[in-house]
Amino acid sequence: MDVLYENLLTLNWAQVAMWAIGGVLIYLAIAKEMEPTLLLPMGFGAILVNLPNSGAAAVIEHLFEIGINQHELFPLILFIGIGAMIDFEPLLTNPKLMFFGAAAQFGIFFTLCMASFFGFEINDAASIAIIGAADGPTSIFVANMLNSSYTAAIMVAAYSYMALVPIVQPPIIKLCTTKAERKIRMNYTGKKVSKRTKILFPIIITAIVGMVAPDAVALIGFLMFGNLIRECGVLNSLSETAQKVLANLITIFLGITIASRMTAAEFLRLETLLIMGLGLVAFIVDTFGGVMLAKIMNLFFKNKINPMIGAAGISAFPMSARVVHKLGLEEDNQNFLLMHSIGVNVSGQIASVIAGGLILAFLAK
Amino acid sequence: MGINFEYLLNSLPYMGKGMLGIFVVTAVVVMVVNALNSLPDKKNKK
Repeated sequence: MDVLYENLLTLNWAQVAMWAIGGVLIYLAIAKEMEPTLLLPMGFGAILVNLPNSGAAAVIEHLFEIGINQHELFPLILFIGIGAMIDFEPLLTNPKLMFFGAAAQFGIFFTLCMASFFGFEINDAASIAIIGAADGPTSIFVANMLNSSYTAAIMVAAYSYMALVPIVQPPIIKLCTTKAERKIRMNYTGKKVSKRTKILFPIIITAIVGMVAPDAVALIGFLMFGNLIRECGVLNSLSETAQKVLANLITIFLGITIASRMTAAEFLRLETLLIMGLGLVAFIVDTFGGVMLAKIMNLFFKNKINPMIGAAGISAFPMSARVVHKLGLEEDNQNFLLMHSIGVNVSGQIASVIAGGLILAFLAK
Repeated sequence: MGINFEYLLNSLPYMGKGMLGIFVVTAVVVMVVNALNSLPDKKNKK
């Protein structure tokens, strides 16, 4: 009879606490629909690996080794799917929108300094800062390349705040802008972009980023490969598979694999709370950076820009663009900012990868 | 762990270099996209 309860006796409070955290993640995924595709597998995985003497821990650890630790395979393959989902046309019609994506990466570098200030080693500080990329695969890729010991907390923070974009961004945008600025209307010209441009764009971006930040070329390369499949016009079946089947499959594995880092010993630390706080700072400062660049540009340009679109440079595609569009309609029900904010949003996707690549170029050597 | 001014000072150059790097790369990309957009469209020519 001892067999029935001897394993139970090895249970400790920390493991129970991790079940509770896993339960909260599952609750947020199902009841609040916050990034359910990732938070649900992560929540379930957190329970799974924290059962006393869990036989699943070794299997999930093996998945982590082959899928993330060795060559960051899962996030990279997921990027093929994301690339196939993105339509860069709004950006290509108005390329200067890319500068908002660049400005909205300020939160990453600000948070790097803040994390350093709180005593994190530079590789951990940079890994925490990349939460501000608002992009799960980039966060996983950079944190893993920098051998951060806080990967799980970084993942949970990154995906939680991505899901919280509709709650985090509006008050910051409103704080940084006046009512008159939020009412600025922007015309969308909807210029036609040639197929040649759409095909050359992913190839050229890969070459440029690859030359500047070679450590990130896999990240941008896989993203742009997915986009090339989408835009080439002769691989529609592959494009659909990448967008749906491939992305879904990898997402299932990614979520539960990250849970391998959610053991009580690794996750229940004071630093986890600090990382959650710093992640929030990164999102707030990202939003601030994008909005402020638009306000500065308005000082010099005749055609005024609605500063709210700068906030969409945070990446977090496509939630951030929707948030900005909704805020525009709240102020003026005829102010349609969606195409502009989508353009900024996809530029944020590229800029966040560039930021990750630069961080790796600085620190991964 | 704890407040560390030295770490903060050491990290500041990364902020400067990082933001400068992003804007430089972005400027190059914008120029390239503008160049691509300015190329004549074969279909329109016909």
